[in-house]
Formats: sequence, C-alpha cells, structure tokens
Amino acid sequence: MGGGSIILEVDGIEFSYKSIKALKNVKFKVKGGEITAILGPNGSGKSTLLKCIARILKPKKGAILIEKNNLLNLDSNEVAKMVGYVPQNSNGNYMTVFDALLLGRKPHIKWNVSEKDVEIVSRVLRLMNLEKYALRYTNQLSGGELQKVIVGRALVQEPKLLLLDEPTSNLDPKNQIEIMKIIRDVSKSQNIASILVMHDLNLALRFSDKFLILRNGEILAEGDKRIITPENLREVYGVEVDIIEYNGLPIVVPKDVSNCSSFERTCVDTPVLNAKKVETTISNC
Amino acid sequence: MRFIEITRSFRLCSCLLFLVSLVLGVVAKENSRNKKVYDFKSTNLETHTISEKYREYIKKKMLFGFFLTLTLFLASIYSLCVGDYSLSIKQVFNTILGNGNAQSNLVIWNIRLPRIFAAIVVGAGLSVAGAVMQCILRNPLASPYTIGISHGAMFGAALAITMFGFGGAESIGRVFVSNPYAVTFFAFLGALIGVIVILILARLRGLAPEAMILAGVAMGSLFTAGTMLIQYFANELQLAAIVYWTFGDLGRPLWKDNLVMFGIGIPAFVYFIYKRWDYNALESGEETAKSLGVNTERIRLFGMLIASLITSVCVALVGIIGFIGLICPHMTRLVIGGDHRYLIPISGLLGATLLLISDTFARTIISPIVLPVGIITSFMGAPTFLYLLIKLHGRW
Repeated sequence: MGGGSIILEVDGIEFSYKSIKALKNVKFKVKGGEITAILGPNGSGKSTLLKCIARILKPKKGAILIEKNNLLNLDSNEVAKMVGYVPQNSNGNYMTVFDALLLGRKPHIKWNVSEKDVEIVSRVLRLMNLEKYALRYTNQLSGGELQKVIVGRALVQEPKLLLLDEPTSNLDPKNQIEIMKIIRDVSKSQNIASILVMHDLNLALRFSDKFLILRNGEILAEGDKRIITPENLREVYGVEVDIIEYNGLPIVVPKDVSNCSSFERTCVDTPVLNAKKVETTISNC
Repeated sequence: MRFIEITRSFRLCSCLLFLVSLVLGVVAKENSRNKKVYDFKSTNLETHTISEKYREYIKKKMLFGFFLTLTLFLASIYSLCVGDYSLSIKQVFNTILGNGNAQSNLVIWNIRLPRIFAAIVVGAGLSVAGAVMQCILRNPLASPYTIGISHGAMFGAALAITMFGFGGAESIGRVFVSNPYAVTFFAFLGALIGVIVILILARLRGLAPEAMILAGVAMGSLFTAGTMLIQYFANELQLAAIVYWTFGDLGRPLWKDNLVMFGIGIPAFVYFIYKRWDYNALESGEETAKSLGVNTERIRLFGMLIASLITSVCVALVGIIGFIGLICPHMTRLVIGGDHRYLIPISGLLGATLLLISDTFARTIISPIVLPVGIITSFMGAPTFLYLLIKLHGRW
C-alpha cells in the first residue's frame, strides 16, 4: 500500500452551474494504488468534482494535474488514455458486451482493432466474470451485470486514474462486494488511483484507503478512516451516529433511524444490524 | 402476353423480397438461438476462447453484408432486364460491354442504369443518414424526415412552382415541371434551412438532442402550414405539379444529377465511417462519450450537417421517399446489432437493396404505369419491419 507516486493533483478548482457555486477551492492529491472515497450528502458537489477530473466539465478556476500534466492542456484523447470514468447511470443498448468493453479501447485504437485490444477485452471479461454474456446485447443484462460491463469498459481503457460515480448504488450485496473487490485488486496490482463517490459509508470504510468529505462544494475533512468520526458525520449528513468496531472494521451505525433521511440506505444495507453486539450498542445510547 | 409479363415480374420481385426477409429472419433467429446456448451451457465456452467466439460473431455480420451485396447485384441485373422494353441477360451484358444496338443502348444507358444508380445512391444515402441521426440525436424516431427536411423541401418546391412559375401541366394531363433545376434548387434550400435553424439554436442555446428533435418537428409543421397555404391559393395546374413533385420518382435524376448525389454521398460516407467509434461512444451516453475523448457537440453538429446535406440533395433531386431513412437502420440494428462499424455500411447496403427492389417492382407491376416508389417502400417495408420487431422482441 501507499508508496505510489502522486497521480492526481487537484489544485484549488472552482466550478459553478450558472450562479450556483458547486465547487469551492477544492484541493487534494491522490497516489497510485490508493482508493479514495468521496463522501457527502446529495448536492454537495461530489459528481461535479468527478466530472471536472474526467474533463466532462471545465472548472472555472484552478488546475488539475495528472502525472504533472495539466489536464486542460491535454488533448481529450490523451486524457481518455489516462482517465477512466464510470457515470452514475448507464443504459444498455444494441451492442454486445464484448463490443461495449471494446469501446474502452477507443482512445488507443487508431483505425482497426488489434490483437492486443481483443486480448485485453477477453482478459477483463474473465476478470469480471462476464464471459458467458460476451455476445449478449447490453440491453438484455440485469442492473448488476450492466454495471460490471461499464466498470469493465473503464478498466479496458488501461487508465492511471479510475473515477467511479456511485459504482455500487444499484447493486445487490453480493455484486457490491464483488465490484469493490475487483476495483481494489486492480488498483493495487496495476497501481491505479481510484476515486469513488459513495453513499454506503460502511462499504467505503471497508474498501477505501482515503476519505474526502465534501459539504456544499468545500472539503470538510480529508484523511484516512480516522476522519470518519461521529462529529464529522453529524456535520455533513445531520444525523447522529455511533461508530463501533466489528472484526477490526469500523462500522457506522445511525442512532435514530426514523430521523435520518439521506442515511437510510446505509443503515438498511448494514448486515451487522442483526448482530446482538450492535443491538446492545444502540439500546445503550 | 402483357398479363403474363406482369405476373412474371411480380413473382420475381416478390421472390427477391421474400429472400431478403427470409435471410433477415434466419440471421435474427440464429442470433437469439445463440444467446440461449450461452445461457444453458456456459461450460461450452471453455473449448472456444472468447475472442474466437467474437470473431465468429463478426464473421456472421460480414456474411450478412456479403449476402446483401450479392442481392443488390442480382437485383440490379434483373432491373436492367425488365421493363417496357424487355431485354435478355445476354443483351444487357452485350450493351454494357458496348456491343448493343441503338435501342438497347438507349434503354440501358439513358433510362435504366441512371435509375438503378439513383436507387442505390438514394437508398444508401437516406438509410445511412437515418442511422447516424438516430445515434447522434439519441432517439429511435429520428430520421431525415422527422426533423423536417422533407417538409422543408416540399415547401421550397411548392414555392418555386407557384410563386416563380416553374411548373404547370399540359392539356393532355401530363404534369410537368418547366424548370426542374430551379425547383430542385428551391427544394434543396428549403430542406437545408430547417436544419440550419435547428443547428444554430443548438449551438447558441445549447439544445439537448431531445430538444433538437422537437425543434425539428416544430420546423416541419411550420413548413407544412406554409405548403398548405401555397396549395390553397395555387391553381389546378400548379397544384398538380406540386403533388407530382412530392411523389418520389427515381426516374427524375439524370447522370449528372446522380454524380452530384454520388459526389456528396461518398465523402459523407467516408466521414461517417471515420467517426464510427465516436458514434459507438455516443450510444453509451453523453458523459461516457466525453470521458472517452469525444467532442460530443462537434460530432453532433457535423453529423447533423452532413446527414442533412445528403438527405437534402436526395430529396431535392428525386422527391420524397418515405420509410427508408427511418426503418432501414432499425432493421439492420435488429439483425446485426448497434455497432456502428457494421451498422453504417450494412444499413446503407440494405437501404440500397430495398429501394432498388421496390423501384423495380413499382415500375413493372402495372407497367407502363410507374407507381411512386415511396408508396411501395412503405407498403413492403412496414410489414417486414413489424415482422422483425415481433419476431425479435417476442423472443426475449
């Protein structure tokens, strides 16, 4: 872990949608092999930040450096060779899974598909466990399979930086874990820096090395899992939580379920809610 | 004698069409059967690697393209033989090789070949333009006609015929357009103006693709209202000329007109093929496309401009031919999938083949009367499309 060189440097970027400021002076650095989770309530600027880094949006101020190159000075195809982006929502279409992954080679393909391109696609298909769907149209897939295809497409790009906007939001628990494991393993083995927008705090705590808490377009806190404190979470989400330790992993448990809105998903999905230990913790409070 | 000839040509034409739809059906069936095998016997894949399977799949697409090319070739030969003045295949080849008599030379070189050429270029042009528009506007209903191009052309033609007196009818009842070039030019202007208004709006106001379609529909109804107003005040002869112009007729373009269509069609086709990966990226969504390095605004602008240009030229020269631009790309998509590397050329081939067969049919079924080919394309294409739609979607 760690030890990677700095891949991404975001230096004081600002962005606004017409008169509404979505990002204010956002600064952070990300190393290779590191998984960073961006946390924050809806509308705090998480997706906007990812889109700025993927050069889908252009920040009004500040610089984004990828391996010391200013993103705005790079040709968009060069950016696509280095940055893979997985959007929040994807739809299937009349393209086979194989072709959908092959699309990830687009920035590298000059005119025709090479042996190497096909080889990489086959490898990623195997990695994502999608072999048996290779020649199916993506509009015939379930939500979980489609999401795997989209993540796979980003991996096929062979990026140095992987940006994922809520990669697990529509998936069942098994697929959530599977996708997160793949992202972690690939990041570590290929020294890719991954940045994920997440709402599931426990999944984030389990798989990420670094956290970035955004509130109203500003960074509230940045650091390792020690910044996930009841105080910080109260401040961004407006809910009271307990943080307990289970099998060496910190687990976020909201105190008053009826009172939390943006948090519901997190607590419902928490498997340990059934554990006695947790029940006692809640009743103690 | 005449009757026998009619039934013969009817049989041959329907045989050709039947063959095309049969192969469409078989390929579609093959595709869906394949999917099921994958479901149940996934272990099967261990013997074949994924990349081999993929190559087989690509080969199938190529085979389909090859089959269409062959059909197009056979249909062209057949179309050269039949008509008011029947020719044998031997005579046709002799004439093409330069050994024909005066009569066959005239029929082949001045009447049938330009007509066949026009059918192929217009069919391919409309179909490819439709495929590209459906992709860049992200709407299955997008076609050269839904965004108001044909209405604009009709308005331009009506304006030229009435206001500027370029059309009329002879006393015998034969309708004519006295200055076809002026009418063509006005139709072309009318067709392009609508699109240019939409593109300027899109550029200045940042219209989303959905809004562009709606703007196209609005422009279309504006032009329709204008045409109706002109028709209301036109005299009978002018009215007849307008209606006559509206029916698409592939016999209208001369060799030089064909060369104009060809000259615009080929570079446009090369451009679309060059950008095939960008269209595939757009198909996966705006943001994904941008993250893959596609300048989506520029692709959309140029795609629309070029697709509209081909359509405008075709519509101005041959009149309105429905169905091809909307349905051919969908038929192709249903059969070989939405990968634009194959979708663009193969929907072009399919459009050319269908239009040529329809036109041959249109001019032989109750010869010497030539039916407007647009009627035939819709009558034959729509049921075929419905059949494919039910066959494929019913299966899933």
